[in-house]
Order: sequence, then C-alpha cells, then structure tokens
Amino acid sequence: MTPESEFHQRDRDIHPPAYTPVYKTSVLRSPRIPLWSLQNSLSEVTGPTFTREELGPLDNDLILNYAKDGKPIGEQTIVHGHVLDGNGRPVRNTLVEVWQANAGGRYRHRNDTYIAPIDPNFGGCGRMLTDDNGYYFFRTVKPGAYPFRNRVNSWRPAHIHFSVFGSGFAQRLITQMYFEGDPLIPHDSIIATIPDKSAADRLTARLDLNGSLPLECLAYRFDIVLRGSRQTLFENKLHGN
Amino acid sequence: MPAPTPFVLPYYPETPSQTAGPYVHIGLIPNQAGFDIFKNNFGGDIAGPGVAGERIVIEGRVYDGAGHVTKDVLVETWQANAAGRYNHPGDRQDKPLDDAFRGWARTGTDFESGLYRISTIKPGLVAGRRGRKEMAPHVNFWIASRGINIGLATRMYFGDETTANEQDPVLNIIEQPERRKTLIAPRSQRDGATIYTFDIYLQGERETVFFDV
Ligand SMILES: [Fe+3]
Repeated sequence: MTPESEFHQRDRDIHPPAYTPVYKTSVLRSPRIPLWSLQNSLSEVTGPTFTREELGPLDNDLILNYAKDGKPIGEQTIVHGHVLDGNGRPVRNTLVEVWQANAGGRYRHRNDTYIAPIDPNFGGCGRMLTDDNGYYFFRTVKPGAYPFRNRVNSWRPAHIHFSVFGSGFAQRLITQMYFEGDPLIPHDSIIATIPDKSAADRLTARLDLNGSLPLECLAYRFDIVLRGSRQTLFENKLHGN
Repeated sequence: MPAPTPFVLPYYPETPSQTAGPYVHIGLIPNQAGFDIFKNNFGGDIAGPGVAGERIVIEGRVYDGAGHVTKDVLVETWQANAAGRYNHPGDRQDKPLDDAFRGWARTGTDFESGLYRISTIKPGLVAGRRGRKEMAPHVNFWIASRGINIGLATRMYFGDETTANEQDPVLNIIEQPERRKTLIAPRSQRDGATIYTFDIYLQGERETVFFDV
C-alpha cells in the first residue's frame, strides 16, 4: 500500500447523520458514541472484485430477467450513468446492484404486505459491472410509490435502491435514486434525513430524452460519485490485471 | 513566460447515502427475500474446499438501542486469506495469494432468530498502515439496514489472539480498554465446528466501536 492509495476523508456533512427522528426507525439504530476515525490501512483500501463471467446475460435487464409468461407491467425505462470517484475518474469494473418495487409499488419480498399486486413477471433486482469508462446501464419498469409505517400517512416517492462497491471497501455505498418531477420528493422522510438540500438533490435522476429509445423506452440519467483517493499511477495497476 | 498551469484534479462531492430499507434482501440476497433469480448468488459459500486455512464460523446478532434483536440487517465481511493477504491488486505484500478465496461474504440476520452466520477461514496477520506495525488477524464488517442511514464499519478480532490483539495498532487507538472488548469475539466449539461469536450493539451501554474509515 502506498500513501497515494488512501481515500480522502469522508465528508460526513453531505450524508444523513445516524440519528434522524424524522425517520423513526433510525432512533434506536443509530450509534450515539462518535465514530473512531481510522486512517486507511490495507483493510480499507482493498475490497472485493468481481468479473463479468460471474454475471448472467440478463442480469441488468429487469424487464426480462424474471419474465415468466410475458413482460412486466409498467413504463419501460432505461437508467444509466457513470460511477466516478471524487476526482472525476471512472470507477471501472465495479459491481452495481439495484432493487426496486414493481410499477404498482409492491416488492417481491416475503415481508411486503402492501395491497398492490405482485407482478408475476417482475423480480425487481438487477446487477452489472461498470465498463472502462465507469459507465453502467440497465433496463426496467418505473417503480410505483408505496406507503410505509413512519407517520400515519408516509409515502415513498418512486425510487430505485443502489449498492456500489468501488475499488476499496471504504468506498462501499448504498443509496436510493429518485425520479425528476416526482411530487412526493418534498414530502419524503427518508430524503429528509439528508440535511444538505443540494446533496439530497443529487439523488434525483434527470429525464434524459436523448438517451431514450423512440417508441420504446424512456431514459433517466444518474451519475454516482464515490470517495476520491490520492492515487494517481496506482490506478492503472489497480485495474490492469 | 507564464507559469505552467498546475494539473489539478476536480473535486466532486460523494453521492449521499440512504438507508438500505427493509427490502434490501431483494437486491443483495434474493433467496432470503423468497425467490430465485440469478444463476450465481454472491457472498454465500466463500471458503470452498480448495481454500487454505482453519475453517471457522462467525455468528452473532445485531441489537438495537432498546436491546431488541434486529432481524433485517445486511452483514458483509472483508478479510485477508490465511497468509494475511487481501485478494486485491492493491495488496502487494510478499505473501501467497489464494485465487479461490475472494475474501468477501454477505448474509442477512435471520427473519426469525436474528442470527447471522458466516462460514470462512481464519485470516492471518496483515501489514499495518503504510507497511508499518502488523495488525492482528481481523475481519472487516460493514452493516446496513432499515433505520441505518449510512453503512456502519467495524472490525472483528479473535478472542484467542490475546498477544496479537494487545499489540494491534487499531485496537490501541481506542482510548477506553473496555470498549476495545466490543470488537473481540470469543472462540468456542460446537458440533466439531469452531465458532466465533460476534454480537453487534448499535446503541446503548454496550455500543460496539464503529469506525469512520
Ligand atoms: Fe424501497
């Protein structure tokens, strides 16, 4: 490990704090003692790597990857963008995993009891590796809004959950992507956990008409930024094998 | 002649975190959500028969601030191989690499019992920060769930590594010796298996040490 491979300190001000009473479940699940700051060692700058051979050909096509006797109901949508680090460099060959509700707002999950129907042709999850430019894309149907138990009448805006690895375990990130123009966004208690409004706004994917397929599929663009590092020459070696 | 323009990389702020939510299993451990979709699921059986090292099981529960067992938590671990090397091009220690061992596991706490369980091998000592003082064998943990707004990082150390633990540069930055104990998992035997029990306390009197890495 070289000093160059260390990650820049995480800017905690752009993230939600652990304790956010607006989102009630966080109250008992938030550490109250300050985190111990740990300078990076090999344990933090390394992380798991994945290969294309481990993925199936339909893993990033949520319209087809669980289709049984037809296609899922809903607006056909492409979501795409780049995974970059904090210095604007592409994060290559990194695993991006996504999951979401169906067009009616129901998850294929044994614990989801919402009255909207399960779509027999929709699993609701997908995964892909970024390419050499850090680019990813997947095809899906736009998820529906759904209620959740927080206040009596709390609704989640349409959203897709994202999980990203990066090149070191310290870059590990789980987040959610929202859709431009959704009227539920200003009412959402989960987005409201982020105190910085401009940070929260970066979770809203923009409609990308140029990226859409005429007569077939709308597109939204969502770029993801992971923590930057001091690495310069190191990067080529990192992805070169 | 004007001074050359220095090469300055741009700075972009990180994408903010959001909770993994109650249905994290769908995306990351679909079998636990109740369905089968991918031909190849990640993170389950991580130490096959070809992997070198002592077979161990790490198990435990995750408790909230009221002492309840949480039953919907995603648990991921990242560790070195038996020789103490990470399977990653950034680790250039002069130690053997075990190609069959990625070193990363993923599971969820059980919906009924709240127990998580990871079958793996015991890692070796790893070079410390910038190649300095070696770190005691440890497993890096990262947990996420409903109610956790940003993933929590911690480390598990091995209860039978008393000497190495006493010299570990990370355990020693924790000011209160009492709190270091929250990271040390006791070893026991059950039905011929070696078990390390690592319970995680999100909050309260026994709050686990979490790191800002
Ligand atoms: Fe959700």
